[in-house]
Amino acid sequence: MSMNRQGRVSRPEGETAANTETFTGNRALMLEEPLIFEIGNEHTTGVDLPYPPLDFEGKGTAREASGGGAAGVAGGLTPAAPPPPSAVPLPEQARGGFEGLLRTRPIGLPGLSEPEATRHYTRLSRQNYAIDLGLFPLGSCTMKHNPRLNEKVARLPGFADVHPLQPQETVQGAYALIYLVADWLCKLTGMPAVAMSPKAGAHGELCGLLAIRSALEARGDMRSVVLVPESAHGTNPATAAFAGYAVENIPATPEGRVDFEALKRRLGPDVAAVMITNPNTCGLFERDMKRIADAVHAAGAFVYCDGANFNAIVGRVRPGDLGVDAMHINLHKTFSTPHGGGGPGSGPVVFSAALAPFAPLPFVEKQGDHYHLVEEETAEEHHAHSFGRMVAFHGQMGMFTRAAAYMLSHGADGLRQVSEDAVLNANYILRSLDDLLDAPFGDSGPCMHEALFSDDGMAEGFTTLDIAKGLIDEGFHPMTMYFPLVVHGAMLVEPTETESKANLDQFIGALRSVAARAKNGDPSLKAAPHFAPRRRLDETLAARKPVLVWKDPEVAQAAE
Amino acid sequence: MTRYFTKDHEWIDVDGDAATVGITDYAQGQLGDVVFVEVPDAGRQLSQGGDAAVVESVKAASDVYAPVSGTVTEGNAALSDTPDLVNTSPEADGWFFKLTLSNPSELDGLMDEGAYKEFVAGL
Repeated sequence: MSMNRQGRVSRPEGETAANTETFTGNRALMLEEPLIFEIGNEHTTGVDLPYPPLDFEGKGTAREASGGGAAGVAGGLTPAAPPPPSAVPLPEQARGGFEGLLRTRPIGLPGLSEPEATRHYTRLSRQNYAIDLGLFPLGSCTMKHNPRLNEKVARLPGFADVHPLQPQETVQGAYALIYLVADWLCKLTGMPAVAMSPKAGAHGELCGLLAIRSALEARGDMRSVVLVPESAHGTNPATAAFAGYAVENIPATPEGRVDFEALKRRLGPDVAAVMITNPNTCGLFERDMKRIADAVHAAGAFVYCDGANFNAIVGRVRPGDLGVDAMHINLHKTFSTPHGGGGPGSGPVVFSAALAPFAPLPFVEKQGDHYHLVEEETAEEHHAHSFGRMVAFHGQMGMFTRAAAYMLSHGADGLRQVSEDAVLNANYILRSLDDLLDAPFGDSGPCMHEALFSDDGMAEGFTTLDIAKGLIDEGFHPMTMYFPLVVHGAMLVEPTETESKANLDQFIGALRSVAARAKNGDPSLKAAPHFAPRRRLDETLAARKPVLVWKDPEVAQAAE
Repeated sequence: MTRYFTKDHEWIDVDGDAATVGITDYAQGQLGDVVFVEVPDAGRQLSQGGDAAVVESVKAASDVYAPVSGTVTEGNAALSDTPDLVNTSPEADGWFFKLTLSNPSELDGLMDEGAYKEFVAGL
């Protein structure tokens, strides 16, 4: 028998060399990728386009004119034989009908072949973290799984290919779907009306405040102040200011909820509305909500509820029962549509009976089996008090289809379980860490969908930022940090209902390990992240001297 | 010239009815590296406790309140290019704005240096 006796080594030998430099700068699957401007050039293109028209070409100077010999670069020309470089301007008589239209210098866009472009963006995407890669504990952002069923439904041609200006008879199915989502939102919130058109949470806040403003104007009672508790979302005061109101803060109680007595003292004839986030940004349910709403209504003002955290209570609490007059719902948070919606998102606003007449146009109405849009031309009969339009058309159809798929696939009992699991997961995190990390409101009862910690107890010089950077090394996106402002060095963790107990246990283990290093003053944590594509960045320099535009190093040097 | 402090961590130097306002060393320490400052224009009317300026650090954006009511005479133009003055010299070169007092009796409600130190120690 002849046999190769040499064999092949099948176990690692020798020292591991974590600090070995590579020739390419790549580290195995972690590929170092330059900016597109640094790899592109003006001689490459992914698309072949035909030559310019013959009569123009026949004059023999068109290609020269397109850019000093950089043939067909941005114009996409790939001549069989590149013309000789030439900076000679096109003779006047040769320009024919193209007088004044020809480029005289290169356009300056990087050219790449198709495989180069594909690899560039795929490589960049591998340096990113995403909900499809792992737990994304950003508090107050609700990074939950986007079910693939939603995507399948959204891509059905009857939904994906409609145009907002199509004849209404040809899009009855799309209207029926908008109506269905609207109906579910009204029933889940216990509110009689909903505006589907706002494009995001903060846009929804503005929609709600404009309705409140219109209602006050309609009764001849202009008011000037909007009260915003410390535990509200940061967009709330911005919205109130944008809507033309002065903003006043209402303090929080030591247990992290709205100070009802302080709020009540401040109510008066100048207060237009109170904006309350419930559950609030400390992760707590505002137990006094009904009492607050009654007091606000008694003072002639309205209650705006920031419904961004509706995902913690959907199926269990109906904000309409608590006296809320207007509330936006972030479809991406509660109903699993992608963040940003692929641009734009969707933030429908539900309204109480008092505000419903002032809701914006357009909206879908059902008569018998037929759906139609109520717009300016048809609004006069029964919606004459609308404050106007938030957007040109009827809302973000792609988000409505995904939300509808989520609602129908979960059902009422499934949505209730969503909020229960989200709250259970957050409490599991809170109670698995509160012996090691300071939980400032840990004694205020169970948290809702997010767990809040402070940086109290860290070793001298160690902060929340170090813990966040340490988590990157552990393979997690960091939690929300330094928000809410009422907690020093805040760390806000929102696991959502997406995560299994095994995933939560792994995350808890990682956070415990990093927190212990911060408490013990482990100097290597100050230098984290060690394993990310980029090490710790100088955020101060980036904010003080931001470099926002790429400049050709030669040009930049010449300019100095 | 007398220096007063507020519980929102502004200091105010008063000389007759002219005053200079900034934020305290404790405040800049809490904020971290300051990256942007917006100061009020001359002529703006401020009322005690109302928004007067904005200071932004890598951590957060915060409002600076008017310690007393008055009319702004000058905003510190140097802060737009060198916001780090707030970190390096919070209680001198990093001043925010100067104003003419309209109601000097409001000063009675502010703290002196000793009281402010005690206040900060209790935080």
